[in-house]
Amino acid sequence: MQRLRIWLTRHFDLVRLFAAVAIGVLFAVVIIYFVSNQPGHALARLFGGPLQSVRRFGNVIELMIPLTFAGLSISVMFSANQFNLGTEGAFYASGGVAAMAALGLGLPAGLSQLAAILAGSIVGGLICALCGFLKVKWGTNELVTSLMLNYVMYYLFKYILFNDPFKDARAGYVSTYKLPQEARLPQLIAGTRIHAGLIIMALAVLLVAVYMKKTSWGFSLKLTGENQTFAIYSGINVGMVILASQFAGGLLGGMGGSIQVLGMYERFQWVNLPGYGFDGVIVSILAKKNPLLVPVAAFFLAYLRIGSDIMSSSTDVTNELISIIQSIIILFVSAKVFLDAYRQKMVVKEVTSHE
Amino acid sequence: MNEGSAGRHPAGIPFFSCKAMKMEQKTSVRMNSIVKVYPNGVLANDRVSFVVREGEIHALVGENGAGKTTLMKILFGIEQPTQGTIEIYGNKVSIHSVAEAMQLGLGMVQQHFMLVPSMSVAENIVLGAEPVKRVQLDHREAVRLTKELCDRYRFNIDVNAKVADLSVGDKQKVEILKVLYREAKVIILDEPTAVLTPQETEELFKQLIVLKEHGHTVVFISHKLREVEAICDRITIMRKGRTVGVFSMSDMTIEKISRHMIGSDVSTHFEKKAASPGDVLLELADVSWFNEDRHVVVNNISFSLRSGEILSIVGVEGNGQRELVSMITGTLRPHTGSIRLRGKPLAGLSIDSIRRQSLAYIPQERMSVGVSLESTITENLSSVIYRDRENRRGILVNWKKLGARARDLVRDFTILTDSEKQKISMLSGGNIQKVVVAREFIGEPSVVVAEQPTRGVDVGAANLIHSRLVKLRDKGSGILLISSDLNEVMKISDSIIVMYDGEIAAYFPDIEGLTENELGFYMLGVKKQQEEEIRRCAYAKA
Repeated sequence: MQRLRIWLTRHFDLVRLFAAVAIGVLFAVVIIYFVSNQPGHALARLFGGPLQSVRRFGNVIELMIPLTFAGLSISVMFSANQFNLGTEGAFYASGGVAAMAALGLGLPAGLSQLAAILAGSIVGGLICALCGFLKVKWGTNELVTSLMLNYVMYYLFKYILFNDPFKDARAGYVSTYKLPQEARLPQLIAGTRIHAGLIIMALAVLLVAVYMKKTSWGFSLKLTGENQTFAIYSGINVGMVILASQFAGGLLGGMGGSIQVLGMYERFQWVNLPGYGFDGVIVSILAKKNPLLVPVAAFFLAYLRIGSDIMSSSTDVTNELISIIQSIIILFVSAKVFLDAYRQKMVVKEVTSHE
Repeated sequence: MNEGSAGRHPAGIPFFSCKAMKMEQKTSVRMNSIVKVYPNGVLANDRVSFVVREGEIHALVGENGAGKTTLMKILFGIEQPTQGTIEIYGNKVSIHSVAEAMQLGLGMVQQHFMLVPSMSVAENIVLGAEPVKRVQLDHREAVRLTKELCDRYRFNIDVNAKVADLSVGDKQKVEILKVLYREAKVIILDEPTAVLTPQETEELFKQLIVLKEHGHTVVFISHKLREVEAICDRITIMRKGRTVGVFSMSDMTIEKISRHMIGSDVSTHFEKKAASPGDVLLELADVSWFNEDRHVVVNNISFSLRSGEILSIVGVEGNGQRELVSMITGTLRPHTGSIRLRGKPLAGLSIDSIRRQSLAYIPQERMSVGVSLESTITENLSSVIYRDRENRRGILVNWKKLGARARDLVRDFTILTDSEKQKISMLSGGNIQKVVVAREFIGEPSVVVAEQPTRGVDVGAANLIHSRLVKLRDKGSGILLISSDLNEVMKISDSIIVMYDGEIAAYFPDIEGLTENELGFYMLGVKKQQEEEIRRCAYAKA
């Protein structure tokens, strides 16, 4: 009991996270009981739906891949204390660039994916780095510039892709020509659409974790994010760190965007911003910016989303419920003093028990 | 004495006990077994009791991290106690906010002034409880009230002057007047003399005596035991979150107080060899800096720092010392003149390059500049050296090596902690400063710029820092000490520069026979040396 209490005090953030998730889920249950004629059925679909078949569980993993990339992207940029939301634009632009590379370069399998993902990642990196550059050079607010830049990128690439020479006028809906099969990412597990992007994702998680926690660049980034004055005083080239971190974040977002297009779609057909960039903020908050926890948070979010999809298609509860759960969780996770009284009590007990 | 017969009270109570009852003054503040646990688990107050009698000047002393500030924050409603009770003039109260504390007759003068510089003295004093005429501030009434207040308590100050134009000493008077205007009976002064010259301190003390005569109670928090001894009636000593005891000042000596504070005898005497200055390490030639209003902040300053000496720059704060330090450490560029570090011009060098030129810097703001509170002790100790090749394995930081080094430094500088892996925010102020000093001394830098290195630091940590500075000097480093603590300056300096209004007002190549009072005259601009005397501080390159 004593040791549990000490453990809980030390890992209080984790306790709070679980409490927030529990409250969010509880809310969902209550709402479902209010609005549904068959609440039991709806709940079973929401929480059990994704486990009903391999294909559905596959859907969860498929969704987890872009969410993880977006979460990593945001985590890296937020760790430098830069609230850059360019991930959204980076996702869209890089998806477009990857499609263009797949359609236009005509490279053999293997090389084609490599070139497309590389091109997409670099474009993504440059987009976010631009906001970083404006910040370092002229002190513009990266939150504002990145949000505006998202729309610039969206309309720019929408214009390029849904016009000659990429637009397929005979497709029957707004899209590019079909991506050649040898340019797409291969399927990994039969019966699902899980693709090779999962492996790249796992590698990216590990690389980012090593970058953030073990390398000297990662440490420069951490110090810059925690206390910029101190970082400057310590002789760290803060401008360079900010620029590099925004590039790295954009790179991850771009990688996610290109992998999503090459892995999941036959054609590039995003007529709207896909929203993964903003989902990345949710994932990053849930994971506390820890790259190793990002896939866990992404899985959780993907599971809820797919569950909610299944529920809304087979019961009378609508899909919007998921937004309510998400909002409640974010609210409680980011509320600084949530459960503080409880924590204070535990701390007092621990301190006075040392007597 | 004929007490036995004539001294009988009509009611049969012996006279002397009646006298004793008279002596038993009323208490104005009584804090009973206060416990305070902070959210990060720090037990700042452990069953502390604090009793102040009405109309006395009561000192509250203790090392940094002893819990004085926390206790006062609780009394003033800024923090809530975890346990314990508070009585004000015999009434049990719980104080939830500063506003409530003020209503109860408590007033606090913070270390850092909270004044509006663009407003006049009178406006500042009435701010928050202004006399109004219809919806407007009644200016004439404000001035009248303020003047009346000044007369009653014999404060000599121009109530129409703009606060921005006041000296530090006068600003403090305004702070005290503000508290008196709110009719505070108990006045808490947190380190009031830290920023004052000896002359200003003396004036403050006269003022405090006047307050006492008017029946006010003064709580005087200080590190300067000599001042405590000079003015206080009783003293409460704290150590490690507990009360060591309450004593009458007449029974105490400085040695006794410091023994209670630290738990062992400290020698106030400090041993150091005579300096043997060598080559010029740092050289400033005609350096000036202007602020945004084109006002000269640093005016044509030239001096040199030689190896093997501790050169102090003293002056009332705001006379250009900050800007001078910023230029030497690379955060500001001089507008005219040049700075050379070991023969190389600083112009165009990054902070990293300046550090690699073997310059170390102990900054004044240790919490916001000197450390990253979110990071561990090891990380803070490594913040400058982790980028060096010898502390990396390829692109990875060699945390094993840095961790071992941190462990050594923690031991070497007696930093009080369970583990170097703890967050630095768990340490007390003095120990955080030891971390800063330990980090800056890595690799024995040839020039150390130490800015207020022991301000707000306990006696033990201050002594350690002083002896390390001297040790480094003996090994041939040049130390530039910027301090407003004249005790410290007199204790460890070899030579002194006094700054006034952005200029060098005096240079003393030798501090033999120099008094703090004499320094005070130069700091206040009353005296200024001849040009030739000042020019001596720029030594020709060896």
